[in-house]
Amino acid sequence: MADLKVNLAGIKSPNPFWLASAPPTNTGDQIMRAFDAGWGGAVWKTLGQPIVNVSSRYSTVDMNGQRVMGLNNIELITDRPLEVNFREVAEVKKRYPNNAVIVSLMVESNQQAWHEIVKRAEDAGADGLELNFGCPHGMSERGMGSAVGQVPDYACQITTWVKEVAKTPVIVKLTPNITDVIYPARAAKKGGADAVSLINTINSITGVDLDTFVPRPDVGGKSAHGGYCGPAVKPIALNMLSSIAKDKEVGIPISGIGGISNWRDAAEFILLGATTVQVCTAVMHYGFRIVEDMIDGLSNYLDEKGMRSVNELIGKSLPTISKWEELDLNYKVIANVNQDKCIGCGLCYVACNDGAHQSISAKAREDGRTRVDIIDDTCVGCNLCSLVCPVDNCITMKQIDTGHAPLTWKEYQKNPSAHKHLGPHNAH
Amino acid sequence: MTASNQDSFHEIKPPLAVDQALAEANRCLNCYDAPCTKACPTHIDVPGFIKKIGTGNLRGSARVIFEANVLGASCARVCPTEVLCEGACVMDDVTWKPIQIGQLQRYATDFAMARGILPFTKSPVKKPGRVAIIGAGPSGLACAAELLRVGHEAVIFDAGEKPGGLNTYGVAEYKMTPAVALAEVAQLQKAGVEIRSGVRVGQHISIAELETQFDAIFVGVGLGRIGKIGLAGENLDGVVDAMDYIAELKIDRAKAETRTRGRRVVVIGGGNTSIDVVTQAQRLGAAEVHLVYRRGPEELPAYAHEVELAKQSGCRFVFLSQPVRVVGNGKVEGLVVQRMRLGAPGPDGRRKPEPVVGEELTLAADLIVPATGQEARLDLLKNLPNVKLDRNRPVVNSDMQTSNPKYFAGGDCVSGGQEVVNAVAEGKRAAAGIVKFLQNRQSTVDGRQFGAEK
Ligand SMILES: Cc1cc2nc3c(=O)[nH]c(=O)nc-3n(C[C@H](O)[C@H](O)[C@H](O)COP(=O)(O)OP(=O)(O)OC[C@H]3O[C@@H](n4cnc5c(N)ncnc54)[C@H](O)[C@@H]3O)c2cc1C
Ligand SMILES: Cc1cc2nc3c(=O)[nH]c(=O)nc-3n(C[C@H](O)[C@H](O)[C@H](O)COP(=O)(O)O)c2cc1C
Ligand code: SF4
Repeated sequence: MADLKVNLAGIKSPNPFWLASAPPTNTGDQIMRAFDAGWGGAVWKTLGQPIVNVSSRYSTVDMNGQRVMGLNNIELITDRPLEVNFREVAEVKKRYPNNAVIVSLMVESNQQAWHEIVKRAEDAGADGLELNFGCPHGMSERGMGSAVGQVPDYACQITTWVKEVAKTPVIVKLTPNITDVIYPARAAKKGGADAVSLINTINSITGVDLDTFVPRPDVGGKSAHGGYCGPAVKPIALNMLSSIAKDKEVGIPISGIGGISNWRDAAEFILLGATTVQVCTAVMHYGFRIVEDMIDGLSNYLDEKGMRSVNELIGKSLPTISKWEELDLNYKVIANVNQDKCIGCGLCYVACNDGAHQSISAKAREDGRTRVDIIDDTCVGCNLCSLVCPVDNCITMKQIDTGHAPLTWKEYQKNPSAHKHLGPHNAH
Repeated sequence: MTASNQDSFHEIKPPLAVDQALAEANRCLNCYDAPCTKACPTHIDVPGFIKKIGTGNLRGSARVIFEANVLGASCARVCPTEVLCEGACVMDDVTWKPIQIGQLQRYATDFAMARGILPFTKSPVKKPGRVAIIGAGPSGLACAAELLRVGHEAVIFDAGEKPGGLNTYGVAEYKMTPAVALAEVAQLQKAGVEIRSGVRVGQHISIAELETQFDAIFVGVGLGRIGKIGLAGENLDGVVDAMDYIAELKIDRAKAETRTRGRRVVVIGGGNTSIDVVTQAQRLGAAEVHLVYRRGPEELPAYAHEVELAKQSGCRFVFLSQPVRVVGNGKVEGLVVQRMRLGAPGPDGRRKPEPVVGEELTLAADLIVPATGQEARLDLLKNLPNVKLDRNRPVVNSDMQTSNPKYFAGGDCVSGGQEVVNAVAEGKRAAAGIVKFLQNRQSTVDGRQFGAEK
């Protein structure tokens, strides 16, 4: 069995699976149950001056009967007294010395306040600190959370204050609610952060109740924008993660967060540069028990790939991410239908005909279903038909030899007329 | 299953809850040129109505159903979907589970029923031409609705005490109760369908009279009773015609129960009607139920899913047995059957049963229910002027028009017995034919081509 142990900037963990700072890490009792279930680490629910929450607090995006594709919340940081939280941190650390306990922090932007809370967290036994510069609702109106994360100078300043006193590794948690996540990441690095984690939640309104006209969640006839997370945000998180992981200036370890529900999602985050991954929504949906398959699935996957440690996976896909202009214009695939598998639903036909390049023909089959054929000459190889096809491996994309040497946009642009086969084509 | 539902007629397919309907609707692939739509005799836009359930647009969903089939509510319950829309569903290949189209159709039409959403709108613009419809069964009702949509006047004459035809008096009680069938008819009436119940054409009103009052006539009289099957002793007390038996149970459950509870029942047949009799006799508390069929299990004409149901209900099949006589002393005591074996294939390709000489068997019975084919309503059909019959069925063209251009016909009386949905499809087709007929007639009357008028 592959070795799942990881070390994020000095924070050791028996596996890369951490609970994100959120309701599943509200209390010591929950975290201990999570560790019993197999979680390697937990980032404590953000601590600061206790707040008062509203009711109700969550809403979801459900897709075609599948619940919680996206989760939105307007909850603030911890609503429990600091002493209670710190006492529980100490208790957890005492009972679970081998699991990683990271304490998430957020206080007003004041050097002394930060110094104080950092010391208290470390005295309680935290293995590391996570600075919450990401919460996009409520706290940001009070100049905290994403109000800090959105201004690189503030982020740098507060990180500097924390590093003045911190003895344990400091992780800066970034907000995705910005134009380019590289800048706050670089600012964190500049302030001395040992690692970054991302993403926190995305500003959102999940929907409007069509009977009351009030967006969800409804707080007595009013609502406010919240923070969005869950499976729906994974692609956004992966992109931000990879852009930081590829940035030479940042160059510090990363804890990946956003829409991770199973070992496959986790493996993708790790492939794009994460050392640990953090999970919130999937646990809110299904409970701590999901970690069992995350551990089992990841280690089976590593075994199958012949890797002895999860560390071999970290960042492995990064070299394949390039700029668009470096892609080969002469690489070509076209769609291919396996008629034996085809169930005759005709979905690829409408998709290509109305939504792509009119490159599939359809006629009625004898059994009343639809027979489809790819028109090879006009198929541009966009993938759409294979993506909408409901049958596994029925439509596949086959590479065809164009007989032309690899060509990037940069090269092409120097003399387009030398590459007439690439178009522009006449409309057909 | 057997013991618990012996005396219960609870619905075999209970309605879907919201979450079930949504999950099922979302499973539908929304096929292009959908095979389910083609497989439905009325060509309901199945993916169209299902996707509307998915978006919560139930009003729109019901509208899509009713546009193609004004009896969408009863069809949702009684259609043999296994061999129609669901039998064509591509999901059968993907997950081995077709979309529950009938159940979803019920979900949408139940909503319409509950909200009083009418199945069609009568045209506010009247068109010349009055149509008489004989029979308020599915074919007649569908025909009337389609004519009203276009603006013609239509009046239905029905011999029954209550309208609905076999929807009310025939289909198995665990699929649909008369209350549901009648509620559906009531919706059609609210939308404008006029029904004169208790009027038997040929008795209470003559065909000649109809001819003078109406410009076209649709004949949707269905089929009659099983009738005599030529069995010695079949007049004994305790031999009950399947159609009477079923109608009785639907109108007066207590009476049917008294007749059946604790009794040994032998049903003669092999088609879907005979299956309905055995499953319902079982539910009425029969001590034992036997189905006697001339040929073997492979030859059973009833749908496989219906046969399965009969088996689950506890019915015993007596294959390769030809009834020869009913025995008893004033009252039925048993049915003597002749053992058969399958010989060479006959002209229809099915192997012909032939007697095994000397092998007879007596099945003890208190109640014998012949449930072979229903008889044609020759009393009426024979008196339709110039309407040609073939094997006792009116001969029709693709417009459901008979050899007398003024007469159209459809449903069981033409097909010899199919499904409710076929009757609806034929009623609809006949209506389109009648509209054409009346237009042509009108244009000759007016001396100008139809279409010139606005
Ligand atoms: C026992 C049984 C079970 C069935 N189960 C199913 C099922 O589960 N699913 C399914 O899809 N189909 C089922 N069918 C078939 C279905 O009921 C018929 O195909 C359908 O009802 C035919 O419709 P119709 O309009 O042609 O005739 P009918 O429904 O038979 O209606 C004919 C109407 O004409 C009236 N009538 C007759 N003579 C006259 C007259 N002289 N004057 C005025 N009115 C007259 C009758 O009163 C009746 O109301 C079943 C049939 C039977 C017998
Ligand atoms: C109800 C709720 C409360 C949260 N509270 C915090 C918080 O206190 N501190 C924090 O850093 N992130 C908080 N988050 C964000 C999560 O830690 C995490 O970054 C985000 O949910 C994305 O991960 P996911 O897609 O696995 O849920 C919260 C999320 C939710 C749903
Ligand atoms: S790959 Fe794109 S262009 Fe080619 S057939 Fe499929 S949908 Fe059409």
